[in-house]
Amino acid sequence: MSELLVELFSEEIPARMQKKAADDLLSLLTQKLKKAGLEFSSATAHVTPRRLIAVIDGLPDKQPDTSEERRGPKADAPEKALAGFLGSVGLTLDQCEKRETPKGTFLYAVVETKGAETRAVLPGILAEAVKELAWPKSMRWGRHAFRWVRPMHGVLAVFGGETLDGAVDLGGGALTFTNQTRGHRFLAPDAITVSDFADYQAKLRAAFVIIDREERKRIIEEGAAALAKAENLTVKPDQGLLEEVCGLVEWPVPIMGRIDDAFMDVPAEALVTSMRSHQKYFSAEHADGTLASRFITVSNMAADPERDATIRAGNEKVLRARLSDAKFFWDQDRAVKLESRTGKLSDILFYQKLGTVADKAGRLEALAEWLAAYVPGADAGKAKRAATLCKADLVTEMVGEFPELQGIMGRYYALHDGEAPEVADAIADHYAPQGPNDRCPTAPESIAVALADKLDTLAGFFAIDEKPTGSKDPFALRRAALGVIRLIVENKLRLPLGDAFTKAAGLYPGLGAPDGLLDFFADRLKVHLREGGVRHDLVSAVFALGGEDDLVRLLARVTALQSVLSTDDGANLLAGVRRAGNIVRAEEKKDGATHDGATDEALLAQDEEKALSQALIVAEDGADKALAGEDFEAAMAALAGLRGPVDAFFDKVTVNVDDPAVRRNRLALLARVGSAAHRIADFSKIEA
Amino acid sequence: MSSSAESAPRTDFQSLILTLQSYWASKGCVILQPYDMEVGAGTFHPATTLRSLGPDDIWKAAYVQPSRRPTDGRYGENPNRLQHYYQFQALIKPSPADSQELYLGSLKAIGLDPMKHDIRFVEDDWESPTLGAWGLGWEIWCDGMEISQYTYFQQVGGIDCDPVPLELTYGLERIATYIQGVDSIFELDWDGVPKEEGGKTYADIFQQAEREFSTWNFEIAGTDALFQHFKDAEAECERILSDERPLPLPAYDQCMKASHTFNLLDARGVISVTERQAYIGRVRALAKRCCERWVEAGKAESTEATNV
Repeated sequence: MSELLVELFSEEIPARMQKKAADDLLSLLTQKLKKAGLEFSSATAHVTPRRLIAVIDGLPDKQPDTSEERRGPKADAPEKALAGFLGSVGLTLDQCEKRETPKGTFLYAVVETKGAETRAVLPGILAEAVKELAWPKSMRWGRHAFRWVRPMHGVLAVFGGETLDGAVDLGGGALTFTNQTRGHRFLAPDAITVSDFADYQAKLRAAFVIIDREERKRIIEEGAAALAKAENLTVKPDQGLLEEVCGLVEWPVPIMGRIDDAFMDVPAEALVTSMRSHQKYFSAEHADGTLASRFITVSNMAADPERDATIRAGNEKVLRARLSDAKFFWDQDRAVKLESRTGKLSDILFYQKLGTVADKAGRLEALAEWLAAYVPGADAGKAKRAATLCKADLVTEMVGEFPELQGIMGRYYALHDGEAPEVADAIADHYAPQGPNDRCPTAPESIAVALADKLDTLAGFFAIDEKPTGSKDPFALRRAALGVIRLIVENKLRLPLGDAFTKAAGLYPGLGAPDGLLDFFADRLKVHLREGGVRHDLVSAVFALGGEDDLVRLLARVTALQSVLSTDDGANLLAGVRRAGNIVRAEEKKDGATHDGATDEALLAQDEEKALSQALIVAEDGADKALAGEDFEAAMAALAGLRGPVDAFFDKVTVNVDDPAVRRNRLALLARVGSAAHRIADFSKIEA
Repeated sequence: MSSSAESAPRTDFQSLILTLQSYWASKGCVILQPYDMEVGAGTFHPATTLRSLGPDDIWKAAYVQPSRRPTDGRYGENPNRLQHYYQFQALIKPSPADSQELYLGSLKAIGLDPMKHDIRFVEDDWESPTLGAWGLGWEIWCDGMEISQYTYFQQVGGIDCDPVPLELTYGLERIATYIQGVDSIFELDWDGVPKEEGGKTYADIFQQAEREFSTWNFEIAGTDALFQHFKDAEAECERILSDERPLPLPAYDQCMKASHTFNLLDARGVISVTERQAYIGRVRALAKRCCERWVEAGKAESTEATNV
């Protein structure tokens, strides 16, 4: 059993691509090994900014021998056919077996293939894997035709302690496999010779390279936390940044620096965003969650007091320049009222056929005001005001520089202008929720404006028939619909969606109805509810009733349905209702007539049919009363009372009797069972 | 200022340029002078744009290029933003195998010893929509500050680069503020001569220009005339290109002129967001055709040469 160690050494790989590339390389290698019959006991990928590493252990020294039986032509086939077969398997006629089969006598050959030495197979596998590895963006360099993410300089390939014999073809030149690599670019640039993975890992560690990205993350996290703790602070958690920064260093050394006090009155979000997006710095917070005047950068040079001081001072200087920009934007932006910026929104296109952002803001005013009536506690005037202002920060300098601060800066500027706090918060919240895990607004005015923003977008794109198709959803309409669903459901809003769509679409001049939007919502609702463990067929069963566009009521119905169906009574009721439905449908087909007429009490003969008729009256009445009060649990309970009578009916009563009047009456009775159940849902859509 | 190291390079602005020039000259580059037209970046110099494509199989050049970005003007009041600044540019075709070491050597030459700092190669893919050019590479960070752009050109004028050139662009003012330890570009020591002996700072030389040009760029420039200049340059470029004699260089001059005129119009705020894309597309169309003409002309010449 031997170990294969591979390292592809290149110029700096973009941080965001590293992990996937290392995983892809490993999976290409292991797939090819398996295909070549080479089993292994473990396979691990590592990655640093300059290297993709794969370690595959427990490989055999040679491929297993294989033996394959092949059927040839008939024994009496022409000479040419026989010779062709013998040639293809490399055997003589004597070495083949003649076997009787029902179709005649055939030649059979057993082809034995000797397994090759693993070390002879590996170079080809590695060269192919390198060739097949796909990067999100790749490039050529020098005079080579070969493409890689950045220029590649070395291929280390060691198997069982020996360097493999092979090369990667660069299309004009080649990289011959070696057992050598290099350490840290500056701290240990010389060649290092390695014999196996343990040796490789240890020597690289001594050469200031930590190959395990989890370990680098840990060093960054713990080092940053310790620096913060020494000043009674904590590091603001930022997993995304951590993932990125661990791909920028081979030898992480966190260093803490100071943010000049002059910048601390700039909103924290702007400071954090500037530090994060431009400088990849972590932020630090006081115990109360406010931003501390410290940042943490991660150096790639071994700790050294003099050098660290230079690095810290350099980073502080850069940050001063960066934050002067942020402060300049903050000061400039506040010199002009948010309200007076709205005119400039007519320079920004919302979408070709849907007008400018100014047009959109105009529609949002009317829509948010209209929606406010459906949001308990919402002040329509404030919702309208927030809608007027909600897009204005798009033309501020700060949001121009940091688009991710949209809404957040609007809030600050609104407060500065003396707008009501509810208005300011609604501006900040109106893009939310931006996905299943994002915070969902709960303040009444925020809900109204957030709903308006999404409904306007949905109505517009559906009206011009630019709907999502397959995996394509360029305008994030699925996310918008999910946002609407969450806003309504989580805040228990009694909003008739159909009316809302009509209202939203009507605000676009000259646009038609947003066809298909309610169906789109039904789909999104199913997806959303499935994550919460709600059965999608029940959602379909309720939607199939038609006319239900109140998501809260719909959901209550679905929930009641699901809870009753999980009981024995419910399950049997479902079976009974379906059976009744099937019989009625089958007979209707036969008769070419419908059987939904009223039942005639006088024609009821057997006790079981009389009992069912009585039970239906009770159930219908009970369900109707409960439904009027939107008590779906009670309505379901009333229907569940039908279970016994329905079962008894099927046990004792024959539907297809000779007397046509009795038969018709019994079918009508069964049809009533179906229509009673239909008060809650279309039971035929429910999957048993 | 401290002065301990035995051969510490001079840090004044003009010495920075001289050091980079002699470093790249020692690496086999032809040292060129700035192109004598207004351009937005060193990349526009024909020594980069056109020579990236041909006809030379090997082309190494380095030069300083004044760059004009009218919208970046701040009337000389922002310590870090100018509408006129300097880029130092090296273009090496084909990109050498030891290109990173060569680049790091240049940093050492100007006093940024990688052992004393934290130098990083951070992903930054470069694209010039006006030139129809793109490449992959990095921005180079020194202690968190971006000091250079490092790009392996893949296409210029929509044409594949083969062999692939390496473009290095140094932000001279920013590097100088770092090695001189000042916070404002205007405080930069230009010549290393003491003030009392008539030594000049960056402000002495350029602050008035920044004020005047910012005013002109943003407030005064005649937009009707500029629109006409753009049309004229475009038309002349097309006229030259359609001549049966291959004249890619004069045509490309007109393309640069159109590009700068567009930048001025942009600074005047008279081009809307939608029009912007259309103007960029028009300049790109000119640049592409100039590049195509250049490649054709190069091929024709080499055929002629072999036929002689």
